[in-house]
Amino acid sequence: MTRSNEPLLRVSDLTMMYGDRVGCRNVSFELRPGEVLGIVGESGSGKSTLLRSISAQQEPTKGTVEYHTRIDGIRDVYQMSEAQRRLLMRTDWAFVHQNARDGLRMNVSAGANIGERLMAVGDRHYGNIRNAAENWLGKVEIATERLDDLPSTFSGGMQQRLQIARNLVTSPRLVFMDEPTGGLDVSVQARLLDLLRGLVHDLNLAVIIVTHDLAVARLLSHRLMVMQRGEVIESGLTDQVLDDPQHAYTQLLVSSILQN
Amino acid sequence: MSEMLHAKKVAKGFTLHTQGSVTIPVFEGVEFRLNAGECIALTGESGSGKSTFMRMLYANYTCSSGSISVLHDGDWLDITTASPHAILDMRKRTMGYVSQFLRVIPRVPTLEIVAEPLIALGTARETAMEKARDLLTRLRIPERLWQLSPLTFSGGEQQRVNIARGFIADYPIMLLDEPTASLDTQNRATVLALIEEAKARGAAIAGIFHDHETRDAVCTGSFDVTSFKVGAND
Repeated sequence: MTRSNEPLLRVSDLTMMYGDRVGCRNVSFELRPGEVLGIVGESGSGKSTLLRSISAQQEPTKGTVEYHTRIDGIRDVYQMSEAQRRLLMRTDWAFVHQNARDGLRMNVSAGANIGERLMAVGDRHYGNIRNAAENWLGKVEIATERLDDLPSTFSGGMQQRLQIARNLVTSPRLVFMDEPTGGLDVSVQARLLDLLRGLVHDLNLAVIIVTHDLAVARLLSHRLMVMQRGEVIESGLTDQVLDDPQHAYTQLLVSSILQN
Repeated sequence: MSEMLHAKKVAKGFTLHTQGSVTIPVFEGVEFRLNAGECIALTGESGSGKSTFMRMLYANYTCSSGSISVLHDGDWLDITTASPHAILDMRKRTMGYVSQFLRVIPRVPTLEIVAEPLIALGTARETAMEKARDLLTRLRIPERLWQLSPLTFSGGEQQRVNIARGFIADYPIMLLDEPTASLDTQNRATVLALIEEAKARGAAIAGIFHDHETRDAVCTGSFDVTSFKVGAND
């Protein structure tokens, strides 16, 4: 596999203000293909705001988000036309929400949830779509006989895996995840982590994962950014940040983990 | 002998912000060299910072000042200033580390965990699996355990899984943190043999060994970390 040193995503001086209140401030980083970046910090530290601003869901007050598109090279995502941006978001990008219900359509079958994204990019062959949906159910370890069932009949862990299948079916290169293991049982979390790590590796995905769970961050991410009050206060190699934290807040965060 | 790693004027201290910002100086002026084909024992009493120093060599801990250069891909890489990408690449292809802790995703089978570093290097999956089976057999992990997560294993078994994972790729540099602690005589002999084989193929090894016998059996030299403790020469 060729390793590209060219960044896939470049975020520069990103700031999001809500009136006088800081959502996130002066955030800059680059992400390469195949790289997993974890964003950690307590609730309200600006993690989700940052994720929304990067993923073209909320235009930042200041700063740029540039993405290396397949066809046009590096483009500022907020300078694209609405149509271009929407196409990017449903093909090359994926967004895995904490609550699977936010990322799924609950009133159509599991198969339709997966097929819908394929149809959105122009696939019209029913047999192909159904095959792709079956194939992806298998990859996320859901029995294929559940293809025609509604997601509402699935457990929380299965819904989360279905959401991942729906997102990855279009072969995105960049995946945003907001607390993907939050609210799941520990045993279900482990299965999801294993699955995510395998997919990231096999598909060479670049991932930005927001989590407050440092164990999840350690197992999945190559690099970490620690946020406090909207700012990135420490960043670097994941194990370096967690094992030898330099900033007072990171030290507090790390020392607050319960050991088992 | 060809040099594989050198540390120059390295200092390290910890600042504990959560405990009144007390600063704990650990090392200053550390000069260390590691050549191909040698096995250097890091020595010093318990608490003297052997593991801390080893973690600095792996870039798991930062240095307060100085440089640690690693021969990676034919070029010297200063891991105290290198980017995370460069350090990850250095760990993937140049430096193996057998730590005392097994940190893995629950549910992943032992065989996969052992084979993973070799697969990451681009080795065919079946070849990597074959080598993983060989190593687990040599380290006497019963075959019925291979498909289970090692998180359910005993301390000694986890230790051996760590060793198998650390030795599966022929890293040019290897760091071993107490690889024989909690092992019985037979398994210790296997680990000693693995270290000898690594030396014979030219690996540069630094290790922490809790017992003299192991140290005397495999080490070609030693490095006393206490001589670089802050205040050691006052």
